[in-house]
Amino acid sequence: MLLAVAIPILTKTVFPEVVSKQAKMVFDAIDDLPDGSRILLSYDFDPASQGELLPMAQAFTRHCSIKGHKQYYMALWPLGSPMVDLSIDTIKSEYPDMVRGEDYVKFDYKTGGEAVIRMITQDLRGMFELDSRGISLDDIPMTKNVKNIQDMDLIINVSAGDPGTKQWVQFAATPFGITTVSGCTGVQAPQMYPYIPEQLAGVLGAIKAAAEYEAAIDEAYPSIADNPKAQEAKRRMGPQLVAHSLMIGLILVGNWIFFMSRKRGQA
Amino acid sequence: MSTDTPKKSNSLIWGIIFVIGAIMLVWSMTTSRTGQVWVTPEQHAFTADADGKYSETDSPTTGDIEWTTYNVVPDSELTQEAIDSGEASLSWSRTIGLWLAALFTLFILSFLVGDNPAYKFAEAMVVGTSAGYVMVIGLWDVFVPNLLAKLFPALVQSWTHPGMDASGGFQWLYIIPAILIIMLLFQLMPSGGWISRWPIAFFIGITAGYRMIGYVEADLVAQIKAGIVPLWITEGGTFAFWPTFNAFILTIATLSAMIYFFFSIEHKGFVGVTARVGIWFLMITFGASFGYTVMGRIALLAARLEFLFGEWLHFIPSS
Repeated sequence: MLLAVAIPILTKTVFPEVVSKQAKMVFDAIDDLPDGSRILLSYDFDPASQGELLPMAQAFTRHCSIKGHKQYYMALWPLGSPMVDLSIDTIKSEYPDMVRGEDYVKFDYKTGGEAVIRMITQDLRGMFELDSRGISLDDIPMTKNVKNIQDMDLIINVSAGDPGTKQWVQFAATPFGITTVSGCTGVQAPQMYPYIPEQLAGVLGAIKAAAEYEAAIDEAYPSIADNPKAQEAKRRMGPQLVAHSLMIGLILVGNWIFFMSRKRGQA
Repeated sequence: MSTDTPKKSNSLIWGIIFVIGAIMLVWSMTTSRTGQVWVTPEQHAFTADADGKYSETDSPTTGDIEWTTYNVVPDSELTQEAIDSGEASLSWSRTIGLWLAALFTLFILSFLVGDNPAYKFAEAMVVGTSAGYVMVIGLWDVFVPNLLAKLFPALVQSWTHPGMDASGGFQWLYIIPAILIIMLLFQLMPSGGWISRWPIAFFIGITAGYRMIGYVEADLVAQIKAGIVPLWITEGGTFAFWPTFNAFILTIATLSAMIYFFFSIEHKGFVGVTARVGIWFLMITFGASFGYTVMGRIALLAARLEFLFGEWLHFIPSS
């Protein structure tokens, strides 16, 4: 299995991705917004899920940056804050024209999960008086006119568990009708699909959906296809294909051996 | 055949893997910048206006707050010119960090061979550093700005958060959470532990209330609404087969799965058949979950191998 995963990585094997309906829904939710719309991105995951979720988080950042959306970053997990920093590093290196405070802002981690969401749906400053650099929200151009997250045009939640997408659906999307999309781990994905389309505008489930989302961005904005960093999820699908093929093969062989030995035992 | 034979062959295989790995590492170190982290500096400066409020400036003067951060240069973007001009410099702290990350990854993966001291050490380090990190983050990102700053705004403004507005003064309402925190700490006392039950009860009550509202609104009412769908769907005046088929599947799956969990009637006859259909739908759901979980785990392994082959060994371009 180690070799099945390692060889495609070393040989940089990448397979073409067909954009599914789910990935297209998420893409459209961001792409159909007018340029410069306000988007809240909550990174509710930690390094343990980084391999699965960071590619889609970075794809969200790139897509929002291409569209010139105003990006408001936050984290409900203590180790989500360094994950946000990785996206901010991406903005700084790949979109140097974007200005912190005018195009993107980061809020620090706050404990409380659903209580934080509930609070910021009513009063953003009740929870975040300052941004992560210690600047008052009233002095930041992109936050001074934001009263609460009902002013957001879209919420993007990247989730690895609790608190995560479920809480955003329960306390922001459903009661206030704020359009929300989710990128979540594979373990969570089946629990999130029932929320589509009324409570969630789309769900990216695991690395496969992230690769499809990257492909959707590549199709719409071909210049990004030249950026190898923007192909992370697609690159990670090579090992998936080989490893899954190996597993299916082993299951078939195992079953064949089982039935053959049972047949021989009966004979 | 001796029972030690599998163990010996296991050790031999792992020994060969480690020797090959060590040879590859030495080869890579002699031919590239393997295991090195290079950085470029970035200056930051904040200046105070007449009201004492700070804002970022590109031209700092004496008295402004200044600091430098360092950005990692990926190996693929690092040029000899940048090194020679001094624009990029080797970061020893990050290089040590990179090696620690690589070694701890290998320590954790060593569990595949069997439980061992290296794995136990890495596991303890993860738990310890995570707990320490969360405590520090909790103190500076939550406790100080969301409690201390409400009680002693001037002190916090002069101490850690110069950008905050201290004109609000002392907010007496925040004494209540402060008292609850102190009561919670009685949990650590040899006697008087019962005092901590009050804030715990308060916390559980608040959480239960919050969650009940959330679940009733989003998972009960909204999902019942989402589950009531027309079973004959037309699009543009013509019958749409697949949406209709999906609506039937949704309805049958919902009803049959619910009947499986309805134990007041014996699962015989029509009810028994429906419950069995419900089991099938549940099994398909569990299968999908399991498939997704496997995919997630492979993605995590791929990410760690990409780190080892890319950022550490430079066999592939690091992302």
